[in-house]
Amino acid sequence: MPTSASKSPRDFIARHVVDIPRSGIRDFFDIVSTMKDVISLGIGEPDFDTPWHVREFTVFSLERGATHYTSNMGLLELRRVISRYVEKKFGASYNPENEILITVGVSEALDLALRALVNPGDEVLYHEPCYVSYRADVILAHGRPITVETRRDNEFRLTRAMLEEKATPRTKVLLLNFPNNPTGAILRKEDLAEIAAFARERDMLVITDEIYAELTYDGEHTSIVSLPGMKERTIFLHGFSKAWAMTGFRLGYACAPPELTEAMMKVHQYTMLCAPTMSQKAAIEALSKPQTAVAEMTAEYRRRRNYLVKSFEEIGLPCTRPAGAFYAFPYIGHLGISSRDFALKLLDEEKVACVPGTAFGACGEGFVRCAYATSLENIQEAMKRMARFVQRLKK
Amino acid sequence: MDELLTILKNNALEKPETIARMLNLSVDEVKARIAEYEKQGIIRGYQAILNVDQLDVAQCTAVIEVKVTPEREGGFDRVASRISRFPEVQSVYLMSGAYDLLLFVAGRDLKEVAFFVSEKLATLDGVVSTATHFMLKTYKHHGVLMETQDADERLQVSP
Repeated sequence: MPTSASKSPRDFIARHVVDIPRSGIRDFFDIVSTMKDVISLGIGEPDFDTPWHVREFTVFSLERGATHYTSNMGLLELRRVISRYVEKKFGASYNPENEILITVGVSEALDLALRALVNPGDEVLYHEPCYVSYRADVILAHGRPITVETRRDNEFRLTRAMLEEKATPRTKVLLLNFPNNPTGAILRKEDLAEIAAFARERDMLVITDEIYAELTYDGEHTSIVSLPGMKERTIFLHGFSKAWAMTGFRLGYACAPPELTEAMMKVHQYTMLCAPTMSQKAAIEALSKPQTAVAEMTAEYRRRRNYLVKSFEEIGLPCTRPAGAFYAFPYIGHLGISSRDFALKLLDEEKVACVPGTAFGACGEGFVRCAYATSLENIQEAMKRMARFVQRLKK
Repeated sequence: MDELLTILKNNALEKPETIARMLNLSVDEVKARIAEYEKQGIIRGYQAILNVDQLDVAQCTAVIEVKVTPEREGGFDRVASRISRFPEVQSVYLMSGAYDLLLFVAGRDLKEVAFFVSEKLATLDGVVSTATHFMLKTYKHHGVLMETQDADERLQVSP
């Protein structure tokens, strides 16, 4: 019989879920979506539509009846194509039979990796500012997130010394994301070698989320997995959302040694079964044809990046030149206003949306993230408005 | 291809100031390079891409396949160049396959195009035969779709 002391719905929620805050982005989205005629620099996805040949092939595959489950691991043909691509682009060779797992976006792949690796209380070392999910995903996997803060005065580099300062004997996993969302930073060759050496010496496993790898503007991307002795201790994550403009297809993959792939596959088979078949077909088409569209989109992002960085310079917002992804992370701390207030006021007064740096970790205070995955026209108008706004703040 | 040309091909109205920012160049350098391309004849003009179907103007366009007898020494060039000079002729291409030249010809109406074909084109020395196809509707022109499609709505803020 129910008593007056019966639980409220809220009381049923698991404690570790209650403890996770809502994403700062979601929070901001709710505010922006109430307004009209906003120019948004807050969108973390390409403004380009998926290349037509990929869409056309997806429709064709549906017509042909590719609407059934695939194997848990994903279509073998897709894994073969990915294997060839990863070997060529990232310099690591994976067996399509047992070292590649197709997932629902990198989001699922990351969740699988953490759930497969982390025992309650294991520490996962990661760097902030970073993508909004990392910390929450570690907590959902019952791990302990350990934050390393990257800084503007160091161009948001991640160095061995910074990791050493935070690592403990309980640190099991190092989670990397370069090119980085939201800073646009990449790992320098010398830092990469040092970080790899650190992971080997401390016997850590590395999860590397390289979703923005193709969007690197001033040189070739180097993956940590290509360094000697790293492939056997790395889970490499990649997907089609960014460089191929396929966010809505929700398709990613994890490459890892067979034992780790098998462990992730177990979680995947019981929770997801398989990634959507039509998306897997689309991915085969995207990867097996010449990468013209990716090159064109990358060139366009580079031009916008150049435009944006120059504009911030003129407006008087110090901004580390982003080397990859499609985000700029200008500093606004000297204007005597918090990131959140800056973003809210900018939205209110000039109808330009950007994301407060604090959505990406506490050390994002003093910054806002401006995505240049929007047309140059929008960027030009947004910069005009932002210049006016900053002028007023300075007075 | 020079990225400057890629930008202008996409939008010939892009200002030198904007291009300079995108390419990390000075405005003067951008202007100088454009002037140089114009001087060399690599940039041969700037035109608006119109959807003529939306305009209330009489226009009739035909695609014409032309078979030609090549001349000793001149090859196809002399006759092609002769044909090119008619103002009705918008484009001329030398083709592989069943015919030699492909023409895009525009006139006010069918009669005007027909007159051009029978009186001017077919009677030229070297022209062996012609096959004329009239265009009914333009879906895409110079890489641009003639139909405006609603853009897919993206979320205003996303991670």
